[in-house]
Amino acid sequence: MSEVRYTDQHEWIRLDGDEATVGITKFAAESLGDVVFVELPASGKAVTAGGEAAVVESVKAASDIYAPAGGTVTAANAALEKEPSKVNEDPEGEGWFFKLKLSDKGEFAKLMDSAAYAKFVESL
Amino acid sequence: MRYLPLTTDDRRAMLGRIGAPDVDTLFRDVPKSALIPLSAIDLPDTQGELEVERAMSKLAAKNVAAGAAPFFCGAGAYKHHVPSAVDHLIQRSEFLTSYTPYQPEIAQGTLQYLFEFQTQVALLTGMEVANASLYDGSTATAEAVLMAQRITKRGKAILSGGLHPHYAETVETVASLAGAVSRSPVTPGSAEDIISLIDEETACVVVQSPDVFGLIRNLRPIADAAHAKGALLVAVVTEVVSLGLLEPPGAQGADIVAAEGQSIGNGLNFGGPYVGLFATREKFLRQMPGRLCGETVDVEGRRGYVLTLSTREQHIRREKATSNICTNSGLCCLAFTIHLSLLGEEGLTRLARINHAKASALADKLVSVPGVEVLTSAFFNEFTVKLPKPAAPVVEALAAKGVIAGVPASRLLPRDKGCDNLLILAVTETNTDDDFDALVGALKEIL
Amino acid sequence: MSMNNQGRPSSVDQISVDKGDAGEAFPASIATISGDRGLDHEEALIFELGHGAVGVDLADVNVGEARLGGMRRKAAIGLPGLSEPEVIRHYVRLSRKNYAIDSGLYPLGSCTMKHNPRLNEKVARLPGFGDLHPLAPQSTTQGALELISQLMNWLTTLTGMPAVAMSPKAGAHGELCGLLAIRAAIAARGETRPRILVPQSAHGTNPATAAFAGFTVDEVPAKPNGHVDAAALKAKLGPDVAAIMLTNPNTCGLFEGEIIDIAKAVHEAGAYFYCDGANFNAIAGKVRPGDLGIDAMHINLHKTFSTPHGGGGPGAGPVVLSERLAAFAPVPLLVADDKGLRLIEDMEAVPQGAKPFGRMCAFHGQMGMFTRALTYMLSHGRDGVRQASEDAVLSANYILASLKDVMSAPYGDGPCMHEALFDDSFLEGTGVTTLDFAKAMIDEGYHPMTMYFPLVVHGAMLIEPTESESKASLDRFIHVLRTLALEARAGKTQRFAGAPHLAPRRRLDETAAARKPVLRWKPDPVPVAAE
Repeated sequence: MSEVRYTDQHEWIRLDGDEATVGITKFAAESLGDVVFVELPASGKAVTAGGEAAVVESVKAASDIYAPAGGTVTAANAALEKEPSKVNEDPEGEGWFFKLKLSDKGEFAKLMDSAAYAKFVESL
Repeated sequence: MRYLPLTTDDRRAMLGRIGAPDVDTLFRDVPKSALIPLSAIDLPDTQGELEVERAMSKLAAKNVAAGAAPFFCGAGAYKHHVPSAVDHLIQRSEFLTSYTPYQPEIAQGTLQYLFEFQTQVALLTGMEVANASLYDGSTATAEAVLMAQRITKRGKAILSGGLHPHYAETVETVASLAGAVSRSPVTPGSAEDIISLIDEETACVVVQSPDVFGLIRNLRPIADAAHAKGALLVAVVTEVVSLGLLEPPGAQGADIVAAEGQSIGNGLNFGGPYVGLFATREKFLRQMPGRLCGETVDVEGRRGYVLTLSTREQHIRREKATSNICTNSGLCCLAFTIHLSLLGEEGLTRLARINHAKASALADKLVSVPGVEVLTSAFFNEFTVKLPKPAAPVVEALAAKGVIAGVPASRLLPRDKGCDNLLILAVTETNTDDDFDALVGALKEIL
Repeated sequence: MSMNNQGRPSSVDQISVDKGDAGEAFPASIATISGDRGLDHEEALIFELGHGAVGVDLADVNVGEARLGGMRRKAAIGLPGLSEPEVIRHYVRLSRKNYAIDSGLYPLGSCTMKHNPRLNEKVARLPGFGDLHPLAPQSTTQGALELISQLMNWLTTLTGMPAVAMSPKAGAHGELCGLLAIRAAIAARGETRPRILVPQSAHGTNPATAAFAGFTVDEVPAKPNGHVDAAALKAKLGPDVAAIMLTNPNTCGLFEGEIIDIAKAVHEAGAYFYCDGANFNAIAGKVRPGDLGIDAMHINLHKTFSTPHGGGGPGAGPVVLSERLAAFAPVPLLVADDKGLRLIEDMEAVPQGAKPFGRMCAFHGQMGMFTRALTYMLSHGRDGVRQASEDAVLSANYILASLKDVMSAPYGDGPCMHEALFDDSFLEGTGVTTLDFAKAMIDEGYHPMTMYFPLVVHGAMLIEPTESESKASLDRFIHVLRTLALEARAGKTQRFAGAPHLAPRRRLDETAAARKPVLRWKPDPVPVAAE
């Protein structure tokens, strides 16, 4: 059973057992415009909650992606190198950025669920 | 005033529509104490074109132009013949008075020549990709060091003793913020041992070839040694015409090339504006500072050009930009591109050969001057001689005799006693046999 | 992720873009045999046109290997060969695809696209200036040094500042020079102050330069009236603040009335005041920034003082310095003694009291721009400079007054300075964006104004006409913008859809250019011969 949570920085994080997958939300992808390049973290890199983990570049902006929770990067989505457009096409599925082994599942639980995130986006 | 089209009637009508009684009302946000009367400004009033031209010509007449005397100055700026077509074309309104091509639909002229320029620079330097220019060779070198520090995540930069001292000072001024900058020994006429200084903390080694004393360096062993320690080689070229005859840095393992393009298309201009060339490997593309012009298509499928990858730049990335650069060298790039288009492969090759042949001929002649020793064994169009006495006073004395006899090394390295008697001489296709005779004759008299 | 809203939308961002079925607005085009259309010529790259001709006549000499150190070039470079007539035709055709000040009003805010006098070009090319080597014996370059000295006098007198550093090669380079001087001054006091305050509305070079110079950037918000929030600014001052960077007039085109007060607070906190001089054209000859309390200001000679923009450069950014910073100016320094004028290039041979922080670049600065700027200054004189500033402000206000009823001006209640700011509120509900509006201007024969800057208003449109426009030119421009605005609001959006239609190129695919960058021409690979 997987669970998805959201940050106020428009990242989503899906937890499947011990492995977490991180990406940006549809709202973020739409605001960015056409994604042209993604800079992903290397496997083994340690990240902290709220720390810079990746960079996403569109034609008009370059934005930092923050790790929603702390842990160690276990994989990065190599497909984005050749096809950064996946981030626009399927931001919450095939456009995932990296996978994490969480150091503290408690951090995950504190994040917004989809209803709370939807409300948050409306307020912007 | 001839540049101001508004008449008194115009101004009155415009104020009427605005609803302001006078123009000072529009300055109402300015604190009263800060508005100054005209009389407070101690400067002359307007003058006509005739008077201004006369005043400026008087100033110009107090200088000795390079073309007015036998001339041998180099050391980072070179006198070459620029075909008349170049200056004529860059003064076309659409080139001279246009802006940065942010609206590509009405700037394809600028964008296409930038694309041509980028290609020419990549070809000349033997590198994979080049940008649309930086301010000059010295700031390009500083940017190259910063880029190497970013890529390797190391701070240490080693500058060769043969690097132009102004370039070294420029690098030290900005790059020392990001790491330690050191210089290897200055060894005029020979290649210093820079390889033994490279270690696991080195971000880059910066080597100029031909160096400031004119010596042609072999970059390959230095590149290999740098790479073995995970460092990068930044190759610097201050006389780009040399690339018409010599192996380019790209073929010798350079990772970044920073060069001064002034020799092609741009006059001496007392030091500026010049044009910084910057080229690197494809894999470092996103770390490259400055503007980039890329090819694309429009909605009707026609090929066109746009500024691209601009998210690295200051106006978007702001404090995370790769650099703070806004302007490139625009018109100086255009002059470079046009001149190089006129030269082409054959022309540049011949130009380079003529430069070397003439410099070689002068070196041969100088052997006949007692006390003069040519220090540089391998050179392109510039070499260093050792005089029996300090070079700076000799140059001043020769200037009084109407010969501009090169750059004394002490002008660039005033505190290096070993440089006091050294004179750096540049020879180009603009020098004649009469120039050589004048120099040799004057030296014989003075020394 | 951080929502970085800095960039303007790309051309292909907008749903309204289509291939150009604008109906009656722009009738279908006639196909030609050549692909050219009248005076509009398509032009290939020189690499595609080159064919082994040569555009220069140079003797073919042999050179021996003896003095080449074994480093003779082995491979061909790959440069194309064309004759002089071909090269001239190529670049003339390219030139005709560019908009320019000489062709029409260029309303770019904060760029000051004023007329570039041709006398400037003539003077810069006098052999005594153009053909002068920077390292020639100084006894042979006294005229050049005198020119630099005169220009320094104009800059310090107009700004009311005691000193000026001439070597920076552009505005952003000048900003760096100013911040490095500030850094050196703070270090000389034995202090550490890592923070720099920058308004939200600042030009991107400000925070980029601050970061480049090793500082952290702290943003100061703007008030709803477009001015910097002085109270918030003062609250952020502290012993760890090195400087503030303000533009005055600011990027909304407004004079920061509280500036003297702000300067006092900044100095009391032990910090320095850096002023971005991009908008000096509004106040030159009327206000001296030195009287306002600034410590450093770069002056864009290619903006206020008419040196040509040249398609993006070269520029020049000399920096005027206050008494507190003058000692830290970089080399070279220009001094006068009984022998005449002299450049001091050696950092350790500077006069008593000078503590240069370093060197900004090789040689002495953009002499070519100095000759042009001084020519402009002598031509205008102090009265002309003042009149130019007044006309620049008058023209911007004329545009503001003429358009604010049909377009939306967030600060339109009061006068602006030399530039007028509009936002996209007037386009709400029309489906037309700032980008579409700007692209439609191209079809009308105008270069668009500055778009999406400053960031503090939505869909910003910043218009700076400068003093070089006649009233007739301003009236034509106003008429076109009024009509475009009214049409958009009336739902007649046809001419906006997919604009521009009449430029040498339609909208270009910036996404493709960024996803698969093609940054140089490459020859087609040689096809492998069939067996």
